[in-house]
Amino acid sequence: MSGASRRGFILGGAGVALGALPGSARAADGDPSPSAHAGHGDPSPHAGHGVHGGGINGPMFRGGAVDHATNGFNPSDVLRDFDYGKVSKLPNGRTLREWEIFAADKEIEVAPGVRFPAWTFNGRVPGPTLRCTAGDRLRVRFVNASEHPHTMHFHGIHPAEMDGVPGIGRGVIEPGGDFVYEFDAEPFGLHLYHCHVGPLAEHIARGMYGTFIIDPPKPRPKADELVMMMHGYNTTFDAQGNQLYAVNGIPFHYMHEPVRVKRGELVRIYLVNILEYDPINSFHLHGNFFDYFPTGTRLEPSEYTDTVVQAQGQRGICELRFPHVGKFMFHAHKSEFADLGWMGFFEVTE
Amino acid sequence: MSTPRLRGKPPVWVFVAATIAAVAVALTALAVLGSRSLPARTGPPVEQLAVERTVLTPSVIELTVRNTGPDPVQIAQISVNDAYVAFTGSTEPLNRLGKDVLRLDYPWQEGQPYAVSILTSSGAVIEHEIAAAVETPATGGNLLGLMVLLGTYVGVIPVALGMVFLPVLRRAARSVVRVLLALTVGLLAFLAGDAALEGLELAERSGGAFGGPLLVFLGAGMAFLALTAVDRFLTNRSREQADSPASLDSADGTNGRRLAFMIAIGIGLHNLGEGLAIGSAYAVGELALGTALVVGFALHNTTEGLAVVAPLTRQRPSLLRLLALGLLAGAPAIVGAVIGAAVDNAALASLLLGVGVGAIVQVIIQIAPALRNQTGRYLDPATTGGVAAGLLIMYATGLLVAA
Repeated sequence: MSGASRRGFILGGAGVALGALPGSARAADGDPSPSAHAGHGDPSPHAGHGVHGGGINGPMFRGGAVDHATNGFNPSDVLRDFDYGKVSKLPNGRTLREWEIFAADKEIEVAPGVRFPAWTFNGRVPGPTLRCTAGDRLRVRFVNASEHPHTMHFHGIHPAEMDGVPGIGRGVIEPGGDFVYEFDAEPFGLHLYHCHVGPLAEHIARGMYGTFIIDPPKPRPKADELVMMMHGYNTTFDAQGNQLYAVNGIPFHYMHEPVRVKRGELVRIYLVNILEYDPINSFHLHGNFFDYFPTGTRLEPSEYTDTVVQAQGQRGICELRFPHVGKFMFHAHKSEFADLGWMGFFEVTE
Repeated sequence: MSTPRLRGKPPVWVFVAATIAAVAVALTALAVLGSRSLPARTGPPVEQLAVERTVLTPSVIELTVRNTGPDPVQIAQISVNDAYVAFTGSTEPLNRLGKDVLRLDYPWQEGQPYAVSILTSSGAVIEHEIAAAVETPATGGNLLGLMVLLGTYVGVIPVALGMVFLPVLRRAARSVVRVLLALTVGLLAFLAGDAALEGLELAERSGGAFGGPLLVFLGAGMAFLALTAVDRFLTNRSREQADSPASLDSADGTNGRRLAFMIAIGIGLHNLGEGLAIGSAYAVGELALGTALVVGFALHNTTEGLAVVAPLTRQRPSLLRLLALGLLAGAPAIVGAVIGAAVDNAALASLLLGVGVGAIVQVIIQIAPALRNQTGRYLDPATTGGVAAGLLIMYATGLLVAA
């Protein structure tokens, strides 16, 4: 129903002359379209210019990209940045890996012009991707340089006192304090770590999480490996959903800087969901399918799909090869999250 | 003028100047010292934005926003229905009371609701609801014509229709006229309450930078005072006329004319607010909801014509005078509609609605003496019944508007 006809209806007989005016005004403005409303609700793609206009090319930020240099990390680097730690041999021949991780309060630009007072591991969101092999001895020295109490809680199998929760073992690490978490790497698979101090949701939502990979004793086939940690920012701090959704720190980042991969090469994605305040997250790949290994604790895929859903803390490994060159979108198939930042491109080249 | 007085006491202006100077010094000292003793405001900045005007054109949502809070606001990103959109607007922070126009690129659909979320640099979100998207009519001559027509529909014609009852009223007994005036008081009281509530509601939307709900009371107070002044002026003039032997009018007749005039002004100011409501509703497309709004307003306003002519039953005013009264009462609806459609500013609208409220209250006070019966009582069963009937009629016709 067009506004012009509605106006005519309101005005009745007396309004006939005036009711015709809006149309004539358009003509005077040089707009050749027969009606001001041409196309609204009209499915025809030929209904005239200005029919769809702006906004149909998808979500967009004003102002392009954030300042990665000031943030101190770039999601393009985070993708393939695996931290194997300082490696040495123990007297019994086992591999010892040592890391030093610090917690720090840091304001980061999470969207052009939007600053977020984050709590970080090693100054970035997500924190570093720690990688080891099943059976390794791990020593993680955690230094709390933040103004808030924190811990490091690792998913995996370890003694109670190494769990990084308040009241057990060393418990909470106060500002200025430090502690060495020491345990064996098991089971192999794709895990994560995060702060476990209360209020838990806020400590996680502020950015205190990272990916933790334990490789199987016999390595997986060689591949172009990528880490993708799905998360969000509740910039209003009201615990009601998130204003921004992202993979590896910055919303829409891979829209501007696509993930570059080679055609036919095996691509392995370590996909982790640490989204807070929303019950689920998902990953959908365009123009392709992938083998999915839930939690990566088995070497046989459980399904062959193009979409997986993960609850908070859930994760899995996706393996695929791109048969075609070109740009392929990937995003949350919770489309709302895609429109709010969780969206990117693979760019496949020869 | 005597020299001794000049010598003994300084002239008055010296006292005035000295007093002002002393107050200025004291205030300055307070500002300088007081600001030091006050603790600095801590915590995150208070970010407030009021959307003063929404203009919808195909694929574009244009918002006129004003910073109504104490701190500067930097608009960083905007999402519509949970999708970030490209937009243009200032990239500088918006200072207190600063205004900016944001043009959002979004394929909105007619009739749909939209939630616009403005994300500031600090991550705060300011929400703006568009209840039902309808293309905003282009401003200019056509809109003006349309608003004149709508104003005539809801203002001038119904008032004129109500005035047609004058011959009927003439044949009625004095007690009937008294009841009719009581009915008028009821009608007006309802309008005053209605306009006050609407003004307060609108004031909420305006963000409060210009006083919020206070604007309604300010408008009401100013209108009341202004009309009281007009009334005093007219009373004085009519007294002079009554005293002069050339005057043919009886004091009673002049009083009736004056009352009709005051009622017309009061109703006129009320209709200004009503026109404003129609105009701004049209600007955001709400009028497109149906003809019921216009029909309802028209019916509602017929009673206003009745109110204008109720005091004129004892005389024979010229057709020209009646026409003038009708226009005085009805035509402001046209002015209001034009302003409403062109400006669409909640703060201004609530101020003008307040003006209507003050005008009506003044008119009620004007009418009150005419309600007295022979024993001088205001509220006998006949007049209370009249007032109640007036309230009920307005309530009933008001339901038509909401339809």
